[in-house]
Amino acid sequence: MTTLVVIIFYLCLLLGLGFLSSRLFRGTSKDYFVASHSIGPFLLLMSVFGTTMTAFALVGSTGKSFERGIGTYGLMASISGLVHAGIFFLVGIRLWAFGKKHGYITQIQFFRSRFDSDRLGYLLFPILVLLVVPYLLIGIIGAGKTIEPVTAGAFTEIFTNPSAPQWLGGIPPWLTGLVVSLVVLTYVFMGGSRGAAYANTFQTIVFMVMGLVAFVYIINGLGGLEQAGKVPARINDAGVLVQDYKFDRKAGELQKNEPPKPIGKVLNSKNSNLTNKQPHLSRTPVLIEFKKKHPKTGEISFFERELGIPFITFVSYFFIPLSVGMFPHLFQHWLTAKSAKAFRLTVIAHPLCIMVVWVPCVLVGAWASGVLPPGIPPPAVLSAMLKLLVGDPILTGLLTAGVLAAIMSSLDSQFLCLGTMFTNDIVVHRAGTKKYTDKQVIMIARLFIVLIVALTYVLAMWAKDANVFDLAIWCFSGFSALFPVVFAALYWKRATKHGAVASIISALLSWLYFFHLSGYGGEMVIGPGIIPAAVCFMVATIALIGVSLLTKPPSEETLKKFFPRG
Amino acid sequence: MKNSSYSHGKKVIWLLFFVLFLLHQDFWWWDESALVFGFLPVGLAFHASFSIACALLGWAAIKFAWPHKLEQFAEGEINEGVEKR
Repeated sequence: MTTLVVIIFYLCLLLGLGFLSSRLFRGTSKDYFVASHSIGPFLLLMSVFGTTMTAFALVGSTGKSFERGIGTYGLMASISGLVHAGIFFLVGIRLWAFGKKHGYITQIQFFRSRFDSDRLGYLLFPILVLLVVPYLLIGIIGAGKTIEPVTAGAFTEIFTNPSAPQWLGGIPPWLTGLVVSLVVLTYVFMGGSRGAAYANTFQTIVFMVMGLVAFVYIINGLGGLEQAGKVPARINDAGVLVQDYKFDRKAGELQKNEPPKPIGKVLNSKNSNLTNKQPHLSRTPVLIEFKKKHPKTGEISFFERELGIPFITFVSYFFIPLSVGMFPHLFQHWLTAKSAKAFRLTVIAHPLCIMVVWVPCVLVGAWASGVLPPGIPPPAVLSAMLKLLVGDPILTGLLTAGVLAAIMSSLDSQFLCLGTMFTNDIVVHRAGTKKYTDKQVIMIARLFIVLIVALTYVLAMWAKDANVFDLAIWCFSGFSALFPVVFAALYWKRATKHGAVASIISALLSWLYFFHLSGYGGEMVIGPGIIPAAVCFMVATIALIGVSLLTKPPSEETLKKFFPRG
Repeated sequence: MKNSSYSHGKKVIWLLFFVLFLLHQDFWWWDESALVFGFLPVGLAFHASFSIACALLGWAAIKFAWPHKLEQFAEGEINEGVEKR
């Protein structure tokens, strides 16, 4: 109960921040959508980092590391440090220049102008919404999965149908999702982009600090750093995956399992020498058969899981971080930043911020393999570790608030960005600037945001058991398949309107095809282990180049506008 | 900054980017699970160091390959015209 009170207090604090930023709101649509171009270097870094690192970073990375081990970091975090910084530098600054020079605030405005095509905007808008939705979903799903375990036991009389028996009385995911959606909606409603930027900065600091505090407490719970390194599950000489330790709640300490507890057996691996190896600490692919107990019926069943990362999959993950080049909210940040110099801090600090958040999460996920049952849903691993190892309810509440901060700091920018695009690129673009007053424009944006929040909530309840990491990867895959369009728009004079349309449609169709094959959000690789993002990217690139070369080049006027001398 | 040193800086940054990309594929430690400092798996330690190297590359890119001309263009100090590409 105390944990819940702390979480509620944090949510109230956020609402207060939204109220304060609403006092600074100037009442104009420009201020609502882009905070009148007043976002400086620190707010930009916090906003970009906070938005990029969502449930995916905390809940997803811990869960993925629990499934596949420490390779999760190289798969997403370190390559993102390289590729994101490269894109901020090569794409972000160039977009800022065109936003500043020609007054664009959304990516659709930029593409319409660069490719001299009105219809391109109508094609792109629904696709961007379609691809953002999975990213919003993981926030709502992640929040639900986090709160239920840490509040278990608080309302045993009211919430009698938990996701797992040990979480009886915990706040159910549907209620958490509803509250989180309403809180984010409220402060975005009140403060617009300025409110979102302040809330983002505050929440990013909260989740980074709380993440480090949680890490320290988890280490202490496991008996210190060196002891923690011994905890991950181990393969014994009979090819059985065992847990050498257990956490005794009453004694509040880690104890040795005598004999080690078997949790699975090795079915297949290319590495013949696995004896006494901890597969979560390397990247060797090992196929393991686990057994799990059904949470409600108690029935025992078996499931297979591949630990480690196949090398080809690892290499092809390079395509995933390219997605930042087409994320609508980042595009908007780039177009509307105060100055080009505002990017400098982000280019340098972004990889370091990723490291500070991801290294602890990946370690906790790997350590969790030694103390949690293998059948636990991956998105619940982080909160289960907090619940198991951090006894103090106030601290657990603060740490959970940190996880919620990461989730909400991403949702707000996305909601706001979709509202901005819908209003500027669809409504005002069709009706003309004189049809609606400034207040009406803000109202239309707010109504659209309410609609998107409601849609996201319903979909999140439908897909409540989806894997947060895998769903995020699908979202990134779609955006990375659109990356050739923005890169060509900025660097290839011969890129044409028809080439861009062909590329966008090819990206969409190939993405939908693979998404369907994956069972709508499952983990999937093609052939020897190539991820679908790589194939979608290639298809979209070929379509862009081929069709552009076959169609009429852009006009001299367009080239003058987008390819300045020097 | 003179055009030639800017162009040279850009090439070096691209080269370093490519080197880092290659280093990212650390197949040489794929099966290794040894711990650095007693708790950090070597594969994770390598990639954490890689993140620091990315930050340093970002700093070098800002220092030696910053697009001053583009900045001037946006601020209205350079007239429009078609660049050679």
